[in-house]
This record gives sequence, structure tokens and C-alpha cells, in this order.
Amino acid sequence: MTTAAGADVARRVEHVMGMPVSLALRGRLAHSAEAEEAWQAALAELRWVDAVFSTWRTASQVSRLGRGELAVEDCDPAVAEVIALGEAARASSGGAFDIWRPDADGVRRLDPSGVVKGWAVDRAVVPLLALEGTDVCLSAGGDMVCHVADPGGEPWSIGIEDPRDPSRLVATVPVHRGAVATSGSAHRGEHVVDARSGEAAGALASVTVVGADLTSVDIDATIALALGVDGPAWLRSRLRTGLVVWADGRAETVA
Amino acid sequence: MRPVKRIVLWVLSTLSAVVVLFGYHTSTSSTMATSTGGTFSGSLQGQSTSGTTSGGGTTTGGSAPPNGSNGSNGSNGSSGSNGSNGSSRTVTGDTARTQWGPVQVQLDVKGSTITNVTILQYPNGNGTDIQIANYALPQLIQDTLDSQGHNVSMVSGATYTSQGYLQSLQSAIDQAGL
Repeated sequence: MTTAAGADVARRVEHVMGMPVSLALRGRLAHSAEAEEAWQAALAELRWVDAVFSTWRTASQVSRLGRGELAVEDCDPAVAEVIALGEAARASSGGAFDIWRPDADGVRRLDPSGVVKGWAVDRAVVPLLALEGTDVCLSAGGDMVCHVADPGGEPWSIGIEDPRDPSRLVATVPVHRGAVATSGSAHRGEHVVDARSGEAAGALASVTVVGADLTSVDIDATIALALGVDGPAWLRSRLRTGLVVWADGRAETVA
Repeated sequence: MRPVKRIVLWVLSTLSAVVVLFGYHTSTSSTMATSTGGTFSGSLQGQSTSGTTSGGGTTTGGSAPPNGSNGSNGSNGSSGSNGSNGSSRTVTGDTARTQWGPVQVQLDVKGSTITNVTILQYPNGNGTDIQIANYALPQLIQDTLDSQGHNVSMVSGATYTSQGYLQSLQSAIDQAGL
């Protein structure tokens, strides 16, 4: 295990969608031109997603859709796919998660940010997973997809940040093939809102979920955070594996 | 590393998840239940194993004869006390209605040992089989002085802005080229 972060890890970082995107590669093609090509393809995918889905870009398809200037049918098919993910999340969360939210003026606005990120990374990682004999860990803003080429190989070791002190870890989790997402209030203030009440979710400081794909674990971590005190039981009802840190700092594994 | 222990832990955690599932409030009201414990009703044995039983089926153990009358023994399999024989069988539980949606679990049992748990339905409703037990539990760091930043490849945390990232542990790892 002591070599998990050994010297032969090739790393790259870029800032896309307003957040850092970090890549770690190990193995045969880690330092190759193919790896660079796949990395550029991953970044291009993320930039495309940002251009289509950003609610900060007034000309994005999602911004225009939210203002009623476009219909869903006029948008890229990916927009309908993401909206469907948002609808499923609203249903499975009992309404605690909703991509339609009232803005400051009380007008319902489309904000699919809560479902886009994990989904985008699941798409962006595809060219990297094609690197033969190479282990991949692609993180966007602290949510990541991990892949170890040899199923018996050494897992990626993922640290889970202490929501009260981002310079520290509360736990580590080994991941061979899967995704890890953490939702919390550490870096952006209380940006998760319980859509049932419209109030910031405060019972939990952070929720981490480990699972097969980042799209679903990212959504489930956000829902559990929004559900607050009900979050851990909800995760268990979905047979999720993860970690919850309560507002008082208590850490609890979920399985 | 310790496969037996992992499997035991996995089965225990799976069973606790199933207990939670089947014992959970089935209220359909829009308000969330605030009680997260104390509602285990023992319905695991009453419900999850009273469904259909198919011998052999999808297990790798071979060709146990169909023993549909054995359904009530499935609950013994769940609790690990079925001493009948070493034959493999697959036990499908009834669909349980939970607050979050329908859940249905299938167990592969060999003798008195659960060899696999498959979730046929779960509240996401996407209809795909969910194989669980593939993911290790996060290991809590007890000794924070000893473990910070060592042997960690990436850090998972609440969404970073690029600005916040500059102060983060991930930044340090990237810069160190570890």
C-alpha cells in the first residue's frame, strides 16, 4: 500500500467549469503521447458540457431553455438526458432534490448543476479508459472516477476530506473500479438546499458515496446531504456504501 | 487481502441494509420520517424469503434440484443456520414496498452460506441488476497526526472552486507530483 502514491504517477491539472480537474495515471501509457491525447479529449468533453449546461453562461442552451427561449427538443439530446436524470432524482428524493428552483424573484429556474458534473466526468473519462494497461483516476472538483486496469492490481487510495478542515482527511477508501463523490458545504458555503423547505441543509457536514458510476453517486451524495438527518437511512435504503460526517464532526460509515 | 473477513463483513453489511430496507417505514406521506432507528420489525424473515425459490438457477455451484417447497428455509439461510446440505440455490424475496420505492433482493445460498446478494429492484427504478459488495468501506482515520496525506492518490471533498482548491490538499498532492 505504501506505493499507492508512488513516484510513477503522471499527473495533470486543468481548470474547467470553474473547478480544478485532476488526472492521475499509472502504468504502461501513463507518460505517453496517447495519454496526452486522451486527456485533451477529456477536457474537450468537459468544455463542451460547460458550454451547453452552464447556468453562468447566458448563451448556453440550458440558460436559454430556462428563459423559455428554447424548447427541450431544440437542444442537444444530452440536455433531455440530464433533465431526465434530474426528474429521477427529484422522485427518488421525495422532492428534496429538484433541478427546478425558485430564484431570488421567486421564478422557477432550471439549474441542472447538481446532476451535470458527475455525468460529465463519466463521459469525459471514456477516452482515458481506453489507454491499455493504464490505471486512471479523473477528478473534477473532488468527485472522481477510478479505474485499475488489472482487476487484481493495486487500488487507488482516495482520501475523504474533513469538511471542517479541508487540509485534513477523515477517512480513506481503496477503489479499484468505481466512483467517489462527496457533497458538503466546505468550499462553497451551504450550497445544497432542501427543495422541500428551500432552506440550507444543515444536519450533515458532508456525504461521500462510493459506487459504480459517478453520475449516480454524485446525485445520491447531494440528495443525502439535502435530506439531512434522514440522509444516512436514505443511503442505506439504496444499498449505498459511503461516509457521512455530521455537523458536529462525527463520522459514520454507511453500508 | 483478507477475503474471508471481507466477505463476512460484506454479508453482515448487506443483511443490515436489507433489514433497514424491509423494516423501514412505508409511509407515503410527503414528509420524511424523522426516526431512523428502532423500526426493525423482523419482516426480513417474514418477507424477504417467502417468495419463489429456484434451485441452481444462476449460481455457479451446479444443479441442485428445484425445491420450491424450501422457501421457508430461506430465512434460515439468511441467518446462517441452515444445516441442510451443500447444495446451491437461489432465493428470490418478495418485492417490498419502502418509503422510497420497491425493493427486491435475491440471494445465492450454498449450504448455510450466502454466496451472493443481488438487488433485482431498488428504488432508483432503472431496472438493472445491482451487484453490491464491490466497494470497500471508507476507513476512518483514527490517528489524524499519523495519516494526513500519506499514500493518498486523490482527495474527495465538497465541490471545490478553483480558488478554494489552491488551499486544498489535492493541490498539494498535485504540486508534489506524488
